[in-house]
Formats: sequence, structure tokens, C-alpha cells
Amino acid sequence: MKASIALGRVTKFIGLGFLTSIKDLFTGKLEKEDFKNFLRKAVVPLASIFLFLGMWHLGSKSLYNIEAEFKIEKALKDQGQAAAEALKTCIASGESSCQPNTLPSPAQVWESFQSLLRDHNIISADKAAFIEKTAALNEKRIAAGKDAIVYTGRPSFVDQIFRSLQTVFAGFLLALLIAVPLGIFIGLSPTLKSAFNWFIQIFKPVSPVVWYLLVFMIVKTVLIGSTDDSSFTISFISVGLCSMWATLVNTAMGVSSVDKDFINVAKVLKLGTFQKIFKVVLPSSLPLIFTGLKITLSVAWMVLIAIELLAQSPGLGLFVWEEFQNGANDSNAKIIVAMFAIGIIGFLLDRIMLSIQNWVSFDKQDAI
Amino acid sequence: MAYLELKNINKTYGQGENETEVLSNINLKIEEGEFVAIVGFTGSGKTTLVNLINGLIAPTSGEVLFKGKPVVGTSHERGVIFQNYSLLPWLTVEQNVIMAVKAAFPKRQKSVWKRKAAYYIEMVNLTPAINKLPKELSGGMRQRVAVARALAMKPDMIIMDEPLGALDALTRGNLQDQILNIWGKDKRTALLITNDVDEGIYMADRIIPLRPGPNATLGPEFKIDLERPRDKTEMNDSESFKKTRNAIIEYLMGIGEERKSEAKKEYVLPELTPKDFVNQFR
Ligand SMILES: Nc1ncnc2c1ncn2[C@@H]1O[C@H](COP(=O)(O)OP(=O)(O)OP(=O)(O)O)[C@@H](O)[C@H]1O
Ligand SMILES: [Mg+2]
Repeated sequence: MKASIALGRVTKFIGLGFLTSIKDLFTGKLEKEDFKNFLRKAVVPLASIFLFLGMWHLGSKSLYNIEAEFKIEKALKDQGQAAAEALKTCIASGESSCQPNTLPSPAQVWESFQSLLRDHNIISADKAAFIEKTAALNEKRIAAGKDAIVYTGRPSFVDQIFRSLQTVFAGFLLALLIAVPLGIFIGLSPTLKSAFNWFIQIFKPVSPVVWYLLVFMIVKTVLIGSTDDSSFTISFISVGLCSMWATLVNTAMGVSSVDKDFINVAKVLKLGTFQKIFKVVLPSSLPLIFTGLKITLSVAWMVLIAIELLAQSPGLGLFVWEEFQNGANDSNAKIIVAMFAIGIIGFLLDRIMLSIQNWVSFDKQDAI
Repeated sequence: MAYLELKNINKTYGQGENETEVLSNINLKIEEGEFVAIVGFTGSGKTTLVNLINGLIAPTSGEVLFKGKPVVGTSHERGVIFQNYSLLPWLTVEQNVIMAVKAAFPKRQKSVWKRKAAYYIEMVNLTPAINKLPKELSGGMRQRVAVARALAMKPDMIIMDEPLGALDALTRGNLQDQILNIWGKDKRTALLITNDVDEGIYMADRIIPLRPGPNATLGPEFKIDLERPRDKTEMNDSESFKKTRNAIIEYLMGIGEERKSEAKKEYVLPELTPKDFVNQFR
């Protein structure tokens, strides 16, 4: 019983409340008045998912037909009757070399997803074997003061996801370390606020591509002569700079608009500046700061793909780009798998931030 | 020399056309160890008066003297219980109180802070709730935390802005006794702002009505010469209590009448007769 309450709380907390209703359905706890609720929270989303898949399927099928007819017609015009017939049978047989290149169907995407997972398993096994093989040798090399041999094989799809997450967290951390302290200073001092205002207004709307180019210009020169791959550095700095504005603005706003009652308490207790900032101003602006951080993280994840693509830094962005260039038979399906991975991870990141935000926020009404 | 003295205080808010004089010509003297109550209607400027005394705002003209010296800014010598408690919602009961202890005794050790805080929390009977957040407390409990926090600074004078306004009658009575107990122990000077005449008479040595604003000013004072500790049921039967009570209420009601008749004068409706729509379309 206790566990089920806890589960209900957790699922509600992270916004997946409908899971509880599904569980209630199976445990037979559903009351009649709950039925409407259940319908709205569980059945409707599921139905809309199926509707979406169905429309996608039909859409991709008709696109496939258009593309196939066009291909056959072209063959007929350019190479004659026989070639067109051959192409027609080739397409009908499902032979991969002659398939029309268009929006893949849900089934194809699912197939690609599984093949990416298989690929990942193979690569991981390969990597594990490599590490095992070189373990003894590496120990000797390290003892002799030489660099260890590392696995340099092709990264799998899952590896790319983790690389992307690394980049986005590094960028997010950078944004946090710049924007929160700066926001506090700007919020505390009207002078700094007017000094920085133009700066914020001008740089906030700048596009990720331009940020990337700017960071590229600077980092390239700063790291001149270094042989290390700077693409990771460039991409995480660009992501950070691109996404930090929401946190900067929200922090400044939170700090400059602390409730007058709390300021009065600080005054009556005669708190010093330091105490006032850390005991009153910051805690009371935490909810707004976290709202900013939540936006920052979702912006960071969104621009990451474009920046990785530009920077040729390993990750989902590069994966998408390479698949697009590659033009293999299942490339389009893989791109769509990546799209879903990006969407789902973005959703989860948002949920995590939302939970933290709920946790730090307080209702002022609560203390009156 | 009075302990606290207000001399010809005026306070205006706003500028230009929006300027309103909330308090005018306030004169008040409080002696050391006295318990003074000020009663007034809502919006008459009671909180403004409190903030002038504790130093959160400065008067437009006039002087506030505390122990003979002009009040400039807030001081640990004057503790305040705010009208809306103003506990910090992200701190527990203990942390809220420790904050005040720390502010008043910055050079002590952490264990001393904790002990002092525990002492004041026990004084208001909140030891069981010591680790709770304000949102987990009832209104009366929050109020008691605010009392503990104000006392924990060990102020020489304690200023209470409608401290019991939001509570039910029973809790209110209990807390009145607790506050009187605490006050009686070391006879600190106390100023109570209230909108309840009975509460003022029960608790204070002197009770002064505040004429409603704008231009609020203090009315004549009423001395309450009842023995302490006072007994509520006994008081209700006592002749002198009834007299004082009626006098104060009459004074306040008189103000109320004045206010009403003023209001009446303002709204003389112009003579208008509705148009005869029906006849127009005949
Ligand atoms: N900061 C301010 N700026 C402008 N006007 C103010 C300000 N603070 C208070 N006032 C006005 O001064 C008047 C008195 O307010 P005050 O809060 O002192 O009343 P009060 O007697 O404490 O009322 P209540 O019993 O409801 O607490 C009100 O008309 C209010 O609108
Ligand atoms: Mg008030």
C-alpha cells in the first residue's frame, strides 16, 4: 500500500500520472468516476499514438509510390521499356539497391532501430575484447611511461548518444557557471544592470551557427599549435554560450525582485551583505533560477545537434549528418531513429529539471 | 526621558498628485517596562507607524527617539513581529529562529546558537515542530515561531503588528497569555498594534486609538488600571472594565460615524429621468 502511494507520487511528480491509472486498471482499484479520468489520461494518449503511427504509415506509403512511379517513368524515358520493366520487378522484390529514397515507414524505422542496437552490441563486444587483449600490454606501457593504447574503432549509435550527453552537460555546466554568478551581480546592482542590458539584448537572439563560428575563431587561435582535437571544446563552449541567456535573465530577475517582506526580515535582523545574499536573496530566487536552468538545458539540447554537425564533433548531430551524406538504403530510417532519440532524451531532461524545479520552489503563501 | 518618543510625526506616500499623507501629527511617549496598545481600523496606518518605530522607513517630518537618540535604520534593540509573520519558507522552525539568534549574537559558537534557539522555541511550545518547514505548520504555530524569532534577538523593546489577527478566538486567547507571560518575566517594553479593543484592554497598561487615515492621528489615551495577572471572566464583570471598554468603543464608533457621514456627503446623485423608449416607437 505504502509502495503504491509512493509510486503514485513519483509518477505524478514526473508528469507520467497516467501510468498510475493503468496500474489501477490491472489491480482492479478503478472506481466508476475514475473511469473518465482513465479514459482521458491513458486511453486518449495511446489512441493518439496509434493514430499518429497510422497516418505516418499511410503517408510514407504514398510518398513511396510517387517516388517509385517517377523512377520507373524516368527509366522508361532514358533507357527504354526493358530497363523500366526490370526496375519495376526490382522494386517489387524489395531488393535494397533499387528502393525509392523517401520518408521511411514506421516499420522500417523500427527495423533500423533494432539494427542499430545489434550494431551497438557487436561494437561493444569488439571493444571489450580489445580492452581485454591490450590490458596486459597497457600495464607495461604505463609502467614504462608510455601512453596506453586506446580503442579507436567506430562509435556505435549508443556511444554517439553518450557523447552528445557529455557535450550538452559540459555546455550546460559552462552556462551555469557563467550565467548564475553574473545574473546575481546584475540583479543586485542597478548599475551593472544598465551596463549589461544592451549586451544581453543583442547577444540573446544570436543563432547557434553564429555562436559556433565565433567560438571557432577564438578557440582555433587560443589552441594554436596544439594537436589535440578541439571539436569537443568548440562545440561545448558554443552550446553553453548559446543557451545561457535564459538563466542569466531569470537569475537577474529573481535576485532583483525578492519579496519585500523577506528583505524587511533581513533588515530587522540586520544581516550583513553576505548573509543577506546567501540566506535570503538566493534561496528566494532559486525557483526562478531553476526555471532559467530548465530552459537553458532544453535550448542546449536543441542547438547541440546543429553545433555538433558544424563542428564535426562526435555525437548525434554528426551521426545524422553522416547518415545523410552516406545515402545508404536505411540512412533515412536511421535519421528518424536519431530524431526520436533526440526527442525522447530532450523530454526526459526536461522532466528531470522540472522535478528539481518543483523540489526547490516554495509557495510564499506557505509562510504567512 | 521617555523610552520611546514620537514627536510631531508626519508620513506621506507617493509624490505629486498621488501624494497622500497617511499619518499626521503623531505624538507618543512610552516609558520603560510599559505595555502600550494601539487600536485602529484597517488601513488607518498602523503598519506604517510600526515601520517608523522599528526603523524600516523614515518619517517625512518629525522625529522618532529611542532611549533619547534618533532612530536611524533598524536595530537589534527593537524586535518586530510582522503582521504577516514573514517566516522564511525555505528554513525550518529552528533555522528561522537561529537566524535571529545568530544576528544578535554573532560571536558565539554554533552550539550556543542552537541552545538559545531551542530555549525560545520551547518557550512558545513548539519543540515538537522544531524541524518542520513553515508550510507544515498551522497559522497559530507560525505565529508562535514569529514570536520566538522576535524574542530570540533579546530586544529591549518588542513591537507587535496585529500578531494575533489571523487566529481563531481560542488560539488567540492562549497566545495572549503566552505573550503576557514572556513580557512579565523580564518586563520588557512592549507595543502592541491590534484591531481588537478587548485584546488591548486585556494586555496593555495603556490603550490609544488611531484615528483612521488619511491624516491618521492618535486619539486620547485610556489607562487600564486592572491588576495583573488579569482574569478574563472576572474582567467581563468588572465595572471599570465595562466603562473603559465602552468609552473606547464609543470613541472608535464616533470616528466611524464621522467617516460615514463624510462619505455620505460626497455622493449626491444628479437628478436623471430615464428616457421613454416605449413612446419613441409609437
Ligand atoms: N509603500 C506604500 N506606498 C504607498 N502607500 C502605502 C504604502 N504602504 C502603505 N500605504 C498606504 O498607507 C495606508 C496605511 O497602510 P498601513 O499598512 O499602515 O495600514 P494598517 O493600519 O496597517 O492596515 P491593516 O490593519 O490592514 O494592516 C493605506 O492606505 C496604504 O494604502
Ligand atoms: Mg497593518
